Amino acid sequence: MTSSATKGAISIRNVTKIYDPEGVNVMAVDDCSLEIASGEVCMIVGPSGCGKTTLLNAIAGFHSVTKGEIYLDGDLLCGPTKPLAEQGADRVVVFQNGALFPWKTLIDNVAYGPIVQGIMSKSEANEKAADMLAEAGLGDVGKKFPGEVSSGMARRAEIVRALINDPKVLLLDEPYRAMDALTKSIMHESLLEVYDRTKVTIFFITHDLEEAIFLGDRVVVMTTRPAKTKKIVDVNIPRPRSYKTLSSEEFRLLVQEAKEAVHEEAIKAFEAGERELA
Amino acid sequence: MLFGIALWLFTYYLLNEGLKVPLFNKIPGPVEVITEFFSRDPIWGTSIYTPDFHTNIYVSLQRIFIAFCIATGIGVPLGLFMGWSKTFKDYTFPILETLRPIPILAWVPLAIVMFSGFETPVIFLATLASLFVTTLNTLLGVDSIDESYFRAAHCLGSKPRHVFWHVVVPGSMPFIFTGLQISIGVAWFSLVAAEMISGDFGLGYMIMDSYMVNKYVSMVMAMITLGFVGWITSAMVRIAGNRMMQWRVRALALEGR
Repeated sequence: MTSSATKGAISIRNVTKIYDPEGVNVMAVDDCSLEIASGEVCMIVGPSGCGKTTLLNAIAGFHSVTKGEIYLDGDLLCGPTKPLAEQGADRVVVFQNGALFPWKTLIDNVAYGPIVQGIMSKSEANEKAADMLAEAGLGDVGKKFPGEVSSGMARRAEIVRALINDPKVLLLDEPYRAMDALTKSIMHESLLEVYDRTKVTIFFITHDLEEAIFLGDRVVVMTTRPAKTKKIVDVNIPRPRSYKTLSSEEFRLLVQEAKEAVHEEAIKAFEAGERELA
Repeated sequence: MLFGIALWLFTYYLLNEGLKVPLFNKIPGPVEVITEFFSRDPIWGTSIYTPDFHTNIYVSLQRIFIAFCIATGIGVPLGLFMGWSKTFKDYTFPILETLRPIPILAWVPLAIVMFSGFETPVIFLATLASLFVTTLNTLLGVDSIDESYFRAAHCLGSKPRHVFWHVVVPGSMPFIFTGLQISIGVAWFSLVAAEMISGDFGLGYMIMDSYMVNKYVSMVMAMITLGFVGWITSAMVRIAGNRMMQWRVRALALEGR
């Protein structure tokens, strides 16, 4: 399980993204640079529609970049010569609204990656998927369809579906956005547990500052559109963390620090009154 | 459901034999039709015991089966490819959209000119009507699939063929089966229209033939039979759909539907 500990460093260098819907240029990301070390949990926070997801899409290879480069472990993902990164199982995305295939059972969902990549036979993959689901506390529901389990379970299964591929980077796009506070805190602990075990690099987009500080090694506060890094808050709270961390003075001060930076941007974004971009 | 059927039968009785509404003067009442239906010695020559009745049902069913199979066999893959490949859609969509609004009755002369005999034109018309519905619904089905499933499939390392078999096909199933239910209905509709014009046997033929010789009781019998058989075939499609989409049935069941 330590195989991913030494990989997954992302280097975002002067990335600019201009969308061009109907001939009107909209700059989503402007000259943004960010270094993420391997095994780091990097939380991206910013106002709605500021271009956070644009960065994630560029890393995942869903969208091209207009300028700048992104490297993964020193290899070019995308840049001037190759605006669109190739999509691959080394950078698995967990989506905002969940994207487990509703027509596959949880086991089949988890086993999907290794099967289509041809690295495991169907029975091997199913076996491994069942084991990993059991490890995540989902052993009893493996044969159920996503529509039959709670959203918390589904989200956890989705993370298992990503981890079975032993990815270098886990890209999470506000995965717990629609959840109530209680479910959310359970999800946080299970993600921390996963992280402590795998040390996979995590790129995590969120609106929720407390979530950001509780989970992250660093919290990157983005400016309102076009997105740039405004402030980086280092979170030096030791791991493993638990819900007790939430009530510490240290935690509270960090939230306060980040809140001020975000609030300023939120006001700017609100006043600009622009529609959210994908 | 039984109560519903009884209610409708009673309304029919009331309008016809009870109140003797003028509109229904020439139409046989339910008592007359039902008596005839189950009579071993039918006055007008047709009941559930006479072989010609069975032949008519059998012939229509067989035509529907062939037409529905051809339409599904062509329509589903066509729709899937149209939804999957933009280029393929660019080539095929205009022709589909031009042909689709042409009413099936307008195809009748062409069908008679093109195909010889009774059987082929009739099946052709039912197939055609069905095909448009199936193709369009399948296409809509592919369009309805959430983009994040495609993205998820790609970032899990899928090749295009995996995306096709694991996302496009299962993802469009709900729309496909909605389409197939409409399509089998449309197949019946156009089959009967075709049988009335150029058929030889079949329930549509029975309706028209009975009308020509003033056997109104047989005509109503054929209509009721048609409705009933149509309902059964549609239910069969629905059952097949639910079997293939357990994931959906179970998720909907949890929502209390």
